Amino acid sequence: MTDRTVKMIVGLEVHVQLKTRTKLFCGCQTSFGDEPNSHCCPVCLGLPGVLPVMNREAYRLSVMAALALHCTVAPHTKWDRKHYYYPDLPKNYQISQYDLPLGSDGYLEIETEAGRKKIRILRAHLEEDAGKLLHAEHGDYSEVDLNRTGTPLLEIVSQPDLATVEEVRAYCMSLRQIVTYLGVSEANMQMGHMRFEPNINLHITENGEKHATPIVELKNLNSFRAVERGVAYEERRQLAEWDETHSRMKAGTKTTRGFNDSTGETFVQREKEEANDYRYFPEPDLVVVEPKPEWIDELQRGLPELPLEKKNRFVTAYGLSEYDAGVLTATIEMARYFERVAELSAAPKPAANWVTQGLTREINTRGLSIESAADFPVTAERLAELVKAVEQGTISKTIGDTVLSEMIDGKNSAAEIIAAKGLAQVSDTAALERMVDEALAANPGPVADYRAGKKQALGRLMGAIMKASGGKANPKVVSGILEQKLHQ
Amino acid sequence: MGLQRQEVEKVAKLSRITLAPGEAEQLADQLSRVLDYIGKLNELKTDDVAPLSHALAVANVFRDDEPRESLPVETVLANAPSRTAAGFKVPRVLEGDED
Ligand SMILES: [Zn+2]
Repeated sequence: MTDRTVKMIVGLEVHVQLKTRTKLFCGCQTSFGDEPNSHCCPVCLGLPGVLPVMNREAYRLSVMAALALHCTVAPHTKWDRKHYYYPDLPKNYQISQYDLPLGSDGYLEIETEAGRKKIRILRAHLEEDAGKLLHAEHGDYSEVDLNRTGTPLLEIVSQPDLATVEEVRAYCMSLRQIVTYLGVSEANMQMGHMRFEPNINLHITENGEKHATPIVELKNLNSFRAVERGVAYEERRQLAEWDETHSRMKAGTKTTRGFNDSTGETFVQREKEEANDYRYFPEPDLVVVEPKPEWIDELQRGLPELPLEKKNRFVTAYGLSEYDAGVLTATIEMARYFERVAELSAAPKPAANWVTQGLTREINTRGLSIESAADFPVTAERLAELVKAVEQGTISKTIGDTVLSEMIDGKNSAAEIIAAKGLAQVSDTAALERMVDEALAANPGPVADYRAGKKQALGRLMGAIMKASGGKANPKVVSGILEQKLHQ
Repeated sequence: MGLQRQEVEKVAKLSRITLAPGEAEQLADQLSRVLDYIGKLNELKTDDVAPLSHALAVANVFRDDEPRESLPVETVLANAPSRTAAGFKVPRVLEGDED
């Protein structure tokens, strides 16, 4: 066995579909799952003599994302034609950005077990999507649907700063979180709104000598799971290949591989030798874009609080744990919901516990989610009322769970449920004294044990009283009375 | 600027153009002369001239993100040399062929 260290190097290209109503260069609606070729016009069909006109909103959303990724927004940017032949590309070129991307030199901060890490962003540019190929099950042909042609995509390219599968995962998830916080993309994975292309190779140091394995680009992964599995597989495969062939990276070359979801393996994609010769040239049909510095400043100022900032604030302002703050900022909807409950109940920490524990448990068993707010039965206002009722001692925490469950299934508010079922906590001393007396009389065994010095017998007596009260007795008041009476 | 036959053949291949025998040599000669002619521009001193990426001195032409009516599917497919009920029909493309 030789003495060696192996380091994986991963860079990621991510395509994010922007949340616009229409395509990048024409007024056709962006759509998903509609009748094939029903959202097409001369522009997105690439018919001769048409002129593309840039969608202002697509550009604005792109700049917002670039700013959130700490990129420099180019004061002068243009579009280029990238030429290749494929049946889903009607013009035989894609309008993209080559040498003057709208954003460059940014970073994204990720969180892993080992702490926070800045992943540098090389560039972010705006381009159009291609159509879709449907492969006929029978027959020797494919069908082309051009509804997706011209849909605006933001391509975000990282530097090769990712070193583990965990970091790759954190980067992808964090990117998704950011674009949804910004509202620049719906980032719906099932609808293919995010597509990932990792570039992977290994740096191997053997007996003091450094080697790099050939770079592999994995194409078109469309789920976090596929990215993780694909990268993990490549890490193993490249090491095995190194052991066998000792083949090294050649400058400027990379192989393209696909990922098979059912086997979990990557495979070589047949490639034309001149595939990367795209013959870029400036798009003559689009003029340059030169954003005014004041406009960029305005967008910068208007950026919402981003996930990590929000998480930090939840920890410092509300005293939440890192873990809870992470759960509560996982989605913008969750964060908004929690903050509203915290504000209305004036009890942030208990509010956090109710959201992350009781509420999460109840909605998970019912298959509901805070993100689909329209049919979510417990508004922040309603949960805040419950949190307050528990905090003010109107009901116990245990009764609170019951009330929450009823709130989800019915239409009544916490106050209505408490009143209708007589669930309010009993703190009236006279009534509680009666209950304690009854319990002492009914449980001579534990009483004798306690007086003989077995202090844990107190728990059994407490339990008996709480049970007799249907969980409504105020435990603090009860334990005071109980101890007092036992010492008489 | 002498263009070689191999370069012409490569460009032809990238552009999906089939050349007749002898055409590559002929085009290499013609294109070389075109390039030489355009190459005259290189004689100009451009050190003090900012690069131009568009011939028009116009910037920031946008449209609003407002949907407009698309074409009926029948019209979309009208020019297709070959079609299915709702799509363009093309020779079968194999998985992994993608650019
Ligand atoms: Zn269109």
